[in-house]
Amino acid sequence: MNKKQKIMLIRILTAAALLAVLHVLPVTGWLRFGLYLIPYLITGYDILRKALKGIQNRQVFDENFLMAVATVGAIVLALYEQSGDYTEAIAVMLFYQIGEWFQSYAVGRSRRNISELMDIRPDYANVERDGKLEQVDPDEVSIGTVIVVQPGEKVPIDGTVVEGASTLNTAALTGESLPREVREGDEIISGCVNMTGLLKIRTTREFGESTVSKILDLVENASSRKSRSEDFISRFARVYTPAVCFAALALAILVPLARMFLLGLPAGWGVWVYRALTFLVASCPCALVISIPLSFFAGIGGASNAGVLVKGSNYLETLSQTRTVVFDKTGTLTQGVFEVNGIHHHEMENEKLVEYAALAESASSHPISKSLQRAYGREIDRSRVTDVQEISGSGVIAKVDGVEVAAGNDKLMDRLGVPYIPCHSVGTIIHMAVGGKYAGHIVISDVVKPHAREAVQALRSAGVHRTVMLTGDAKPVADQVAQSLGIDQVYAELLPAGKVEKVEELLQDNSERGKLAFVGDGINDAPVLSRADIGIAMGAMGSDAAIEAADVVLMDDDPAKIAKAIRISRKCLRIVYENIVFAIGIKLACLVLVALGFANMWLAIFADVGVMILAVLNAIRALFVKKL
Amino acid sequence: MKKTYKIDVDCANCANKMEEAARKTEGVQSATVNFMALKMIVEFAEGQDPKAVMEQVRRNCKKVEDDCEIYL
Repeated sequence: MNKKQKIMLIRILTAAALLAVLHVLPVTGWLRFGLYLIPYLITGYDILRKALKGIQNRQVFDENFLMAVATVGAIVLALYEQSGDYTEAIAVMLFYQIGEWFQSYAVGRSRRNISELMDIRPDYANVERDGKLEQVDPDEVSIGTVIVVQPGEKVPIDGTVVEGASTLNTAALTGESLPREVREGDEIISGCVNMTGLLKIRTTREFGESTVSKILDLVENASSRKSRSEDFISRFARVYTPAVCFAALALAILVPLARMFLLGLPAGWGVWVYRALTFLVASCPCALVISIPLSFFAGIGGASNAGVLVKGSNYLETLSQTRTVVFDKTGTLTQGVFEVNGIHHHEMENEKLVEYAALAESASSHPISKSLQRAYGREIDRSRVTDVQEISGSGVIAKVDGVEVAAGNDKLMDRLGVPYIPCHSVGTIIHMAVGGKYAGHIVISDVVKPHAREAVQALRSAGVHRTVMLTGDAKPVADQVAQSLGIDQVYAELLPAGKVEKVEELLQDNSERGKLAFVGDGINDAPVLSRADIGIAMGAMGSDAAIEAADVVLMDDDPAKIAKAIRISRKCLRIVYENIVFAIGIKLACLVLVALGFANMWLAIFADVGVMILAVLNAIRALFVKKL
Repeated sequence: MKKTYKIDVDCANCANKMEEAARKTEGVQSATVNFMALKMIVEFAEGQDPKAVMEQVRRNCKKVEDDCEIYL
């Protein structure tokens, strides 16, 4: 509870106690009125003040105005009818304030909950100066500084381990509790917690560019992109409040007039004014206005705790309508860790061929180049490589030790006019031409991720009708992977531009309502990520381009997270719709009951506060996503 | 140019009203209020001085919702 909430609570309790005392005091007349005015003003003075200010600033129709008019009206009515029943007006004000108090408390709590979930912000970095550790602001650490991370501390900045070995807890980033081992030479990302050993890390980025800052920035700004439901609610509220005010006015003036002149009945001013006031009390739109953004906020917060970062409420909404999921194969369904599995039809020594290939591909960030480098197994001397020419979707041409080496697929060989021998193995085939002559090919194959099959099935049970795989790989490889995973459609041998075209085609023949999600590892599919209805980047820890281009970022590379993300979004949206229907439904029912005279002001305020409390509690449910 | 400001406001509807008021202020290209994070993100129109514009935004917000604050 903050100070404001405490003061409010004291005001509510004092007024309630006073009201109880007054209830048994046998006073009448103006003294009674004066005494009852005390608890009324204690609870409601700020509402009255705000209502007056609103009128001054020509902002008439808000809930303060509704409450002020309703309660003042009820008091005046009690004076006019000399019933001395002021309790009703005070109780209405009291319950309204209780509702407001609860709402502010609940919002504050969920704000804190969510910031605790995302408690990855490092407060300091340890820098060694003259043999002593000094704590400095992570913002002040420049690239290339060696920082020290002790066991139990958060890694503040991205970097490479230069000394020490340890286990890292990445739960705050990925939602995965499996610890990760790091050794000297490994890359390390900020936001992880160092668990066992002392690590010395050479920073490779500034704090502002580090993973942890990016993630925090993303989560904090997430609910700024509003969903259609939220827009609907704010538009609704804008029309709704004036509408009920006029309806209440009609109830208070037109109905009695009509009774008098058209039906020849007594006007019954008292009854109808009372109904109109009750109508105002019942009409307050707070439940709706608060619970919808709160649901989205909780949903996004819960998702980020599970390692799924959603960039905005609108994306959460789109994600929940996903019917088609398009995968990029490499790095998404397969591990993207290629291994050299065979070398065929070569004339030079195996090692020599791999060496040429590794050197030629050394400038590329493609996973293939990494596996070639691993197969080569020695330090790459980049000075031996010149004139590197990357041909997207085909391969690389470079000069190694002055000899022209071409490494790539059959398209590259066709382009160079080098006759090649096709390979029958399933995998990625790298044909090699050295000095313009065919030198054999290297077979590299990829491994399917362990839970990929279950992940595809989980998607189906999460309501996805169609799964599609796109890949730049050869058709046999693609078909084999798709079949083993149970993917519906495969498009193979696509260039990056071809992937965009395919996604556009799929978008066109996608049915009206279902949305299309594209899942990639973000290394070279940024254009596709932004073209799809919703772009999901996987294993994005450390990849800027992916975080930039995607709408949903999965922190680790487990494909099961895709289905989880969809289930989280479904749950959140279900809660949103429940709240919309529930709040509007009860509200309308109450308004009708009140207008027909079946409900008094007590019922109206109970309905109003009750609906709000239930809607807020329901909204908070979106935070709990662990078991989904 | 886009800038983010910390705000203080009590209810969601009031936050909506602040957003509306900020949007209507001259020199503001677009404005979003994030009630949950208590932040206002303002995109300024070309060649506007954010400081002067924000003063006006603050005044306009105070007009529609007395009980709000923008930390400039």
